[in-house]
Parts: sequence; C-alpha cells; structure tokens
Amino acid sequence: MNLASLSLYHQALLVAAALVLFTSFMMLATARIRPLIFAFAWQGALLAIVTALVALVSNHPHLYVSALLTLGLKALLIPWMLHRLSARLNILHEVEPIMHPSMMLVAGAMLVIFSYYVATPIVHLSTLVTRNTIAVSMAVILLGMLLMVSRSKAVAQVVGFMSIENGLFFAAVVSTYGMPMIVELGIAFDVLVAMVLFGVFFFQIRASIDSLDVDRMNRLSEKNE
Amino acid sequence: MNPAPDPVLAWALALIQTLLFIAAAPLLAGWVKRIKCHMQNRAAPSLFQPYRDLSKLFRKDVVLAENASWLFRAAPYVVFGAFILAASVVPLVAAHLPTAAIADVIVLVGFFALARFFLALAGMDIGTAFGGMGSSREMTIASLAEPAMLMAVFTLAMIASTTNLSVVIEHNLHAGLVLRPSLLFALLALAMVAVAESGRIPVDNPATHLELTMVHEAMILEYSARHLALIEWASQIKLMIYAVLIANIFWPWGIAETFTATALAWGAVAITAKLALIGIFLVVWETVMAKMRLFRVPQFLGFAFLLALLGMLTHVILETGT
Repeated sequence: MNLASLSLYHQALLVAAALVLFTSFMMLATARIRPLIFAFAWQGALLAIVTALVALVSNHPHLYVSALLTLGLKALLIPWMLHRLSARLNILHEVEPIMHPSMMLVAGAMLVIFSYYVATPIVHLSTLVTRNTIAVSMAVILLGMLLMVSRSKAVAQVVGFMSIENGLFFAAVVSTYGMPMIVELGIAFDVLVAMVLFGVFFFQIRASIDSLDVDRMNRLSEKNE
Repeated sequence: MNPAPDPVLAWALALIQTLLFIAAAPLLAGWVKRIKCHMQNRAAPSLFQPYRDLSKLFRKDVVLAENASWLFRAAPYVVFGAFILAASVVPLVAAHLPTAAIADVIVLVGFFALARFFLALAGMDIGTAFGGMGSSREMTIASLAEPAMLMAVFTLAMIASTTNLSVVIEHNLHAGLVLRPSLLFALLALAMVAVAESGRIPVDNPATHLELTMVHEAMILEYSARHLALIEWASQIKLMIYAVLIANIFWPWGIAETFTATALAWGAVAITAKLALIGIFLVVWETVMAKMRLFRVPQFLGFAFLLALLGMLTHVILETGT
C-alpha cells in the first residue's frame, strides 16, 4: 500500500490513529493525576476524530453518531467527572512515583511490536481500508492494561481501565466499522455507570484504608497486628 | 534529477555554502538572544553582538593552566574542525552539492561524537572539579541523546530509503502533501534531542556561568581567548546545524535543486525565513519551560527515544502495510 496514493482524509486518519497511540504512552509516562486525566481526555477526543474520519473514508454515516458519543462521553464527561472527583479527594497534584519509568516505556514499545506481530495475519487477510490500524488499537488495549498493572493508585487504575475501553472501541471501529448502535449505546451507558460506581468506590476505599493506594489492601487481615 | 552540473561550480558552491554556514552561525545565536530579550522585556543587544564577542576573544592573550597538556590546546581546533566538516555535510541553500554526496547523516552524528569526545577529554585534562563534573554530565546526556537521534535518523532513512541527507530532502520535497505520522514523531524526537544537545533550557541553561547546574559551561571553564572563541563558535555552529537539519528535512520547500542564480537566491531567502521562525519557536519554548533537574534529563531523553521509536513503528505498521 502506497501512502501517497491514499486520500488526504485517509492519511489524516492514520495520523490521528498514531496520535491515539501516543496519548497512551503519555499516560504511561505522566506521574501526576491532573496531566493523566488530560491525556485521557485527549485520547477520547482523538478517538472521536478517528471515528469521524473512518465514517468519512468508508462511507458509513452511522459512525458520526458514535464519534459524537465518544466526544461527549470520553473526551468531556468522564474526564470532567474524574477531575472533579480528584479535586474532591484532594489528589489532583499528587505525584505517584513510577517504578522504572524508562523500562516502562520500553515495555510499552515491546507491546506495540507484539500487537503488530499478532495483527499481521489479519492485515494480510483483510480488505478493509483501515486494516493497518488494527495493530494500533490492540496496542492501545495492551498499554491500558500495562498502565493498570503498573500503578497502585486507584484513580490511575481507573484511567487505565477507561483507556482499555477506548482501545476496544477503537478496535471495533477500525475492524468492523463499529458495532450496532444498540450495543454501542449500551456500552456507553455501562461505562458511565462504571464511572459513577468508581466514584463511590474511591470514597469507600479512602474511608476504610485512609488512602487510595490499593496495594495496601494486600495487608488487610483478620488478625489485629 | 537535473543534468550533471559543472563539477568546478559545484565544488565552489559547496565551499561557499560551508563558509556561509560558519559565518551565519553567530548571527542565528544573536537573533535567538535578541528575541529572548524582547520576550522577557529586557533591552536587547545588537544582532551582531556574537561577532563582537568572538573578535574580542580572538584578540586577547591565551591564559593556560600550568598542568595543561597538548590535548587541552589541541581540543578547540579539533572541535571546531569537526563542526566545520559537519556543517559542510548539511545542505543549507542547495541540495545535491558534492560534499553532501560524500557523507551521510550517520557520519554527521559521528562528527558530533568526535567533537564531544575531545571536549570531554579537555574538560578533564586540567583536573579541576568543575571540568570533570561537566564532562561526566555531558557524556551522560550524550549517551542517551545519541540513540534517540540515530533512531529518528533511521526513521527518515526508512521513509526515503537512503541515509544521504540531500536525497532525503529531495524525497520529502517531491512527495507533495503527504501526512506521515512517522515524520511527525521523528520531528518531535529530533527537536527534543536538538534541545538537549545544543544545551538549551530544559536540559542546560546557555546563560549561566559558575553555577552547579551547568553542563557545557563547566567543561570549558578553563578556556580563554582564541580557544574559547573557537569553542563558542563551534557550539553556535552546532545549534545552527540542528536548526537547519530540522528546517530542511521537514520543510524542504524553497531549497535550490539547480545551481542557477535565481534558485540559489530563493534558497537563501527560504532558509533565512525558516531559521528566523525556528529561532522564535526556540525562544518561546525556552521562555515557557523551566530548567529541569539533571536527574530528570534521562527521562526527557528516554521520551525522545520513545518518540523516535514510535516514529519507526508507525512507519512499519501504518504506512507500509501490505
């Protein structure tokens, strides 16, 4: 496939997809809560752009609705809720030390290579115009998991979880041109409800262990030490 | 490709371009300093102040430490020579000059490494604490910046299928409007490396003397007069090389491909405008950023490396897929 022979919208789609991947790495590299939430919001906005461009390139008008939904939910509403929660929990400016920051980025790059390797057979078989981005969407899912595994603070883990959801949505859009609208709406509301529940959980966790560091939960035991 | 030009003319142009490069480097430094003063509401020195500083230094007598070896005296000439050779490789006004055909961009990185090696040796030669500290810091930063730069260079090489700078520039010039995510990442990585390598603000502060945070200045603390002038001039050339690299690789429009007077004049105008713009960008960046702690520099350069790696990966994944 020759890049120069593609339409300009298609090229813009590839750039936006690459930037979604980049925001995943931004999230891996940021130690503060506030830039983490902003990076997540940018990922949502870029995902909305990708969806709109896929709609334009592949001529599937129903994807415009998905793009609007993504923009409203993942770029505005959920980041705003996370931001408000963090402000109320007073952790907006907290710095969480990242263990081995450079190793983490290298591990992220390894995951990208791995997902490229896994997606290669699909790319060979598929005839979709967006087939090259499938590997990127898988990488976003895996990077979200890495973010969840590597952090111990509950808010960062929730951002990682939401980022996995972003990756799944990305994969659905580029590999099958989106799910049926009813499924998509259902997932969107599930995510929203999950966010509300996480908000309740944050306060519960903090009330019971005086911190949002979930690693401390390992130390809960029946015995009084 | 255009018909093969007269070799004598081509070599003469290559020589003139290199001389122009060396002569214009202090002007770029003066421009950056002037814009910075304006940004910070200070009275700005003249645009030609770096030339005056250099000529003043050349007229002074050299003061050498008692235990300075021949290495200390030779290093400024080696450094300056390496940067002249490096400047001759980079296309400034015209592409396809014979000097650009001899050496590719990996040789350019090699020239930088050679200059840095001698500067670090000279920093340790006198045996003062500052010199050794500066050398060790410079080598730490370099060992992290060089892989990032090479990775960005490899991304460019993969796009254009060559490591020759002139051909890369020509490829980008004739590609038309193609949005490439890999070029975007390579640009960001190269800009971060350029900032670190030319000692600009988040990594090193070019305006400090005698502070514990300095890197480049610590190495050359013992130098005076013409030795110091050569080293300062060399670091101005280094800044200019990075600026020209970024300008001509990513925005190659206007560079002369034929050796006619009009094309060359256009090339000169274009590169002046591009360098002026890059200077303004650099100043804005330096004004909004704060100097970072030395221990955070590996993270900064690790991120540059990651960006370059991402550029290569996106090239493989997104741009060349079957």
